[in-house]
Amino acid sequence: MCTVCGCGEGETHIEGHEHDDHHDHEHHHHHHHHDHTHDYGQGPAHAHAPGMSQSRMVQIEQDILSKNNQYAAANRDYFRQRGILALNLVSSPGSGKTTLLARTIEGLKTGYTVAVIEGDQQTTNDAERIRATGAKALQINTGKGCHLDGHMVGHALESLKPDEGSLLFIENVGNLVCPAAFDLGEAHKVAILSVTEGEDKPLKYPDMFHASDLMLLNKTDLLPHLNFDVARCIAYAQQVNPRIRVLQISATTGEGMDDWYRWIEATRQMALIGHPALSA
Amino acid sequence: MHEMSLCEGVLQILEDHAVSQGFTQVKTVWLEIGGLSGVDPEAMRFGFDAVMKGTLADGAVLEIIDLPGQAWCMQCSKQVSVKARFDACPECNSFQLQVTGGDEMRIKELEVD
Repeated sequence: MCTVCGCGEGETHIEGHEHDDHHDHEHHHHHHHHDHTHDYGQGPAHAHAPGMSQSRMVQIEQDILSKNNQYAAANRDYFRQRGILALNLVSSPGSGKTTLLARTIEGLKTGYTVAVIEGDQQTTNDAERIRATGAKALQINTGKGCHLDGHMVGHALESLKPDEGSLLFIENVGNLVCPAAFDLGEAHKVAILSVTEGEDKPLKYPDMFHASDLMLLNKTDLLPHLNFDVARCIAYAQQVNPRIRVLQISATTGEGMDDWYRWIEATRQMALIGHPALSA
Repeated sequence: MHEMSLCEGVLQILEDHAVSQGFTQVKTVWLEIGGLSGVDPEAMRFGFDAVMKGTLADGAVLEIIDLPGQAWCMQCSKQVSVKARFDACPECNSFQLQVTGGDEMRIKELEVD
């Protein structure tokens, strides 16, 4: 069982975060035997005598995602204290997120370290690909889960221990729906859309593009072979999110990658203003 | 979209309140679900029954209160109704809308024993 929050994680597996196997997850259920009868309210026409029922109403007025939001707030606080810029990368499967990350880690000439949290349903392939670049990486396997949540990321941070002043990429599960709703504590969501997908993806999955601050239009080297209307795609993205910035890149050829690095640098400067890690 | 996870979020909140408010069984849960929240009420009902099995809310009734999508149109300077996020204003077709209601997903109240 997890010592921090008492969780048993079910299907989720985080590298380096092992649970005691002999914990049998009792959750202190009291097994009442409902063989006694409540004999009030069983009169003619089953009329309930006022004031006799044991039922009562409890006002809750609590957001369903409030638990996740608490974990996300704790992560955000962790990042702020340590001067870490955290970016949550979201996309469909196959948009080129991992290739983009590997290239970014090699291309970013920085004085700070880069760390990666990889989210996938299964396998540690992506984390291994990232570790091959020399960066610290940790895999979260969500099992049946379709997205990362604030709680998983909090545990991943305990094992990964990203350096003070570092840049942290969180590669979410490839899914344009669910990750939109789950705050991980990141500074920005970055949506990656490849030109081999439909240009109307921003309209089909508006929540994700609405939640993202930057859209990377990837695989632009393939544009000559496709009927993909870049201007229309950007217009759709801006329709669902007037604030969104768009960069056209190819992680394979390197085209446009300098613009992405500049965005990261500028964003890090803004995020770390006043933190000693910035001048270090 | 991710109704199973949301139901698990509901269960966690129920378990917390069971301790703090001293109840052992939940009979009815009222959820407020906005039309723009991306939550499918039918999937929510399905997930609810599955997730609540064997818990303090086993067999509980789920009541969903639909809240309509509402937005402020900056062109018209007034409140308008919208069916989907990022719909155009039904009156002037502008996209300059700020969603003001209907993105809720909230536990409103419970009937407990």
